[in-house]
Amino acid sequence: MHATNSALAVSPNLGSAPRVFDLAVTPLRELNQALHSNRQGSNETQWEVLNPKGGHAISAGVDTPISVDIRGSVGYYCAGMNQEATITVHGSAGPGVAENMMSGEVIIKGNASQYAGATGRGGLLVIEGDASSRCGISMKGIDIVVRGNVGHMSAFMAQSGHLVVLGDAGDALGDSIYEAKLFVRGSVKSLGADCIAKEMRPEHIAKLQELLDRAGITDAKPEEFTRYGSARSLYNFNIDNAAAY
Amino acid sequence: MCGIVGLFLKDKTLEPQLGALLSEMLITLTDRGPDSAGIAIYNSSASNQGKITIQSPSPETDFAGLEKELGAHLGKPVKIQIKSTHAVVDVATAELESARAAIVELRPNVRIMGIGEAIEIYKEVGLPADVADRFGLSGMAGTHAIGHTRMATESAVTTLGAHPFSTGPDQCLVHNGSLSNHSNIRRELIQKGMKFETENDTEVAAAYVSSKMADGLNLGQALESTLDDLDGFFNFVVGTKNGFGVVRDPISCKPAVMAETDQYVAFGSEYRALANLPGIEQARVWEPEPSTVYFWEH
Repeated sequence: MHATNSALAVSPNLGSAPRVFDLAVTPLRELNQALHSNRQGSNETQWEVLNPKGGHAISAGVDTPISVDIRGSVGYYCAGMNQEATITVHGSAGPGVAENMMSGEVIIKGNASQYAGATGRGGLLVIEGDASSRCGISMKGIDIVVRGNVGHMSAFMAQSGHLVVLGDAGDALGDSIYEAKLFVRGSVKSLGADCIAKEMRPEHIAKLQELLDRAGITDAKPEEFTRYGSARSLYNFNIDNAAAY
Repeated sequence: MCGIVGLFLKDKTLEPQLGALLSEMLITLTDRGPDSAGIAIYNSSASNQGKITIQSPSPETDFAGLEKELGAHLGKPVKIQIKSTHAVVDVATAELESARAAIVELRPNVRIMGIGEAIEIYKEVGLPADVADRFGLSGMAGTHAIGHTRMATESAVTTLGAHPFSTGPDQCLVHNGSLSNHSNIRRELIQKGMKFETENDTEVAAAYVSSKMADGLNLGQALESTLDDLDGFFNFVVGTKNGFGVVRDPISCKPAVMAETDQYVAFGSEYRALANLPGIEQARVWEPEPSTVYFWEH
């Protein structure tokens, strides 16, 4: 990598010192290009982004085990397709945060807009505030922990992975859900088609405890949650269910 | 797409900066709507004073001599301030209706953009920065304002197809989304005697709100009824003499973010539009709920 941007002048490659990108002076493309050029095993493991000001696709497509701290709120698709990196937004996130995340960890200190963690295949997304509509839509293996509430149509067509909500869930939770497991501590405004409350067996308590631990949540007990999942009645077309489609 | 911005000031000391703040918010959302832009800005004149914002495709001929002719017609002097393709006619509140009728009679090609005691509406095709410049938005003062950047989907890119749309005295509406049943609603409203200038879906929404209010509903109730009768995607932001309101359709796939501090309440299609407001770091930032009418008033 070549020292072509002003951020490098502020933070030379010292290994432990974070590499700082101030988006008030450095173009976003330069930040993302530098993140994408980072190689496995690089000493540059700490990155910091200043003045994100709601910009789009900040730190999307990172694929190395680095840590990125974004100081402020971000716009669309932050940390999308993340692999291995730990990305922390010290603010709120716009639509599609951590969309299609593969692995690693994304932490939102504020609120997240619609379709957080959509289609995510792995890794952990922690939202410390509220998430709005369609959180975890079509999730395929990602684990999502929301400290606040989630909006309507969350976990729509969720295929696998876990969605943990410490607050309340909006309308149509888990509509047309497949095998994702949903845990909600508060109320659920309504359940979507084919989503039902299910028994919390010991393995679910253990899994939920593990997720809470990974999310650093110590003030909630797994026993306080209700598990929701698929009634599996829409998996195969049955003429008697036609009205439910 | 389209972008919406709104700023409702609680702190009077910010009022001289309203236009400058809104201008920056509007220009930030250029890539959501580079086709045309418009603003409604509220700045109450002296008591019993009203204003009419007019627009003309040929302002040189239409606005020339209008001040004198309108004054003669009304039997008292009026003041007209020309701003590019638009002009603001200052008249006594009691004269608003007769002045409106006289303008239409004297200058058949002039369009009434807005009428009331506080509202001024400016809209044109072009990039938001150029539209803001053309009307001198950054120099305007006021209590609250709404702006819109348009990426046209439902009708042509024209001045009249730009937002805001007036919904009545001191009222306006801007829209992000698209309505799928606007033709049916337009037909019903035409049967009720309403007139339309464009094929635009938002004009139908504005007329729908006006019609509901003419039936006796208040603005909040009229907005509630949009949730029952309008089909499609919408974030509506409406302005009134004293406040502004927000409503989103039940699906709420069009983006919206709000911020509130002791100094203001702000709306943006994206957080980017709010990022440079004073004290935004300490603001309460949230997303308005679907099917919920929000309203702030002075």
